[in-house]
Amino acid sequence: MGLLDTILGRSKPVKPDLDALFALPSASVGLQASLDLKPTGIGSVCVKPAEGGGFAGLRDQIDQLLATDNDKYDETKDSFGFTWITRQGSPDDMSDLVTDLHAVNASLADAGFGPALLCTLITFTDGKSPTIGLVYLYKRGTWYPFAPTGKEQRDNGRELQLKAAIGDDLKVEPDLSRWFPVWGAPGL
Amino acid sequence: MATTTGSRRFRSDPGLVARMGFTMFLIGALYVLVFALLVAKGIAFGPLIVIAAIMLFAQYFFSDKMALFGMGGRIVTPEEAPELHGIVDRLCALADMPKPRVAIADTDIPNAFATGRNPKNAVVCATTGIMRRLSTEELEGVLSHELSHVAHRDVAVMTFASFLGMVAGMITRFALYSGMFGGFDDRDDRDGGAAAVVLIMLVSMLVYIVSFLLTRTLSRYRELSADRSGALLTGRPSALASALQKVTGDMARIPTRDLRAAEAFNAFFFTPAIANGFSISTLFSTHPPLEKRLDQLAKISVELGQPVA
Repeated sequence: MGLLDTILGRSKPVKPDLDALFALPSASVGLQASLDLKPTGIGSVCVKPAEGGGFAGLRDQIDQLLATDNDKYDETKDSFGFTWITRQGSPDDMSDLVTDLHAVNASLADAGFGPALLCTLITFTDGKSPTIGLVYLYKRGTWYPFAPTGKEQRDNGRELQLKAAIGDDLKVEPDLSRWFPVWGAPGL
Repeated sequence: MATTTGSRRFRSDPGLVARMGFTMFLIGALYVLVFALLVAKGIAFGPLIVIAAIMLFAQYFFSDKMALFGMGGRIVTPEEAPELHGIVDRLCALADMPKPRVAIADTDIPNAFATGRNPKNAVVCATTGIMRRLSTEELEGVLSHELSHVAHRDVAVMTFASFLGMVAGMITRFALYSGMFGGFDDRDDRDGGAAAVVLIMLVSMLVYIVSFLLTRTLSRYRELSADRSGALLTGRPSALASALQKVTGDMARIPTRDLRAAEAFNAFFFTPAIANGFSISTLFSTHPPLEKRLDQLAKISVELGQPVA
């Protein structure tokens, strides 16, 4: 936000960066090689639904868009009033999942609801430890790992380990205070 | 298509921006006028300016600590207040701004405030009273309003805007006391000295009044803009409107004594810490009237609800 906008008090809603999502498949290969973490095939888009008919109409469009593809998606509302549009894809086809999620993002952004996009979450598991998530922050264009271990507990050591593992493929959020927890998100 | 629909949905209000800009211009013009007058008359107000500058500096740098201390706010960790932190986390991620510190004030007065000289040193504080009364969605609207104050750097803007008024107020008092206690020792020219003191007092009083009215006007515009930005950030103007209605009603019913103690702090409250209809006219208040805020939010709600093309 420019100085003039600050002084005149007209902060502008931030536009999301959608394209960085496509870097995920290569990071997924890296995670499997270094930490034996495989994708669960679950990915979700978290969005703050605006009130009124505009957003409701858009939701119908997204529903139709996703329904054409085998009905493997789900919509849940969390305790903060955010909507998670979850896509259950095949664990082996990460690029397919990313394409689906991108379609959801793009239709939201095209309708002018880009500022309402919060994050995308893709989950991974190694079959033994709890499932972890990679969170993509649309407004920053950065990723961070999230490793919950129980009710409102997270494993910071494991998160830093994951950060090192994805650092080459994805742009990791450098400001640790922005690694906010997404307790109870779909797939975790 | 994407950009046109988007910009129609989330837009700033040019009228509000213009009125705010004009008010700021008038405050700036008053600064220029006063300093030109001081220079033209060869009046040396050096020491007074230095004292005022130190006060301004302290207010600017310690605004977060002063307001927190004054309201009895305590910084809380995410473990202590997971809901409050969760809301702030999400709003900051949506707005792409650094997360301020989060505090809770243990009082039943339903209010919230933001303070701090810049987004990196900001504190957002909610009282236990407001958390008890509002739903998550309404609380989110309130915090979004407060975060907009942080993003707009309202503490810095208002501190600088009110500087001149503060100096003028000091001069008025100074001139009044020195006139009353005969502080001017030039006995040879006693009448001339007294007349000068009266003149200084009148001029500075005038400057104080004009500056006071202008900063209050500016403050009301800043509140409207924080409402607008906050509502656009959450996409839920109606939740903010409902929070305003609940809180304003409660604020007016609460005895004014402890509320007045809260008035002086340099922080941006959600609703004014003064009782409504307390013989304070609209011209003097820091916040716009409730109806005006609700009207604006209703308009934003309509804009947001436009059907998708």
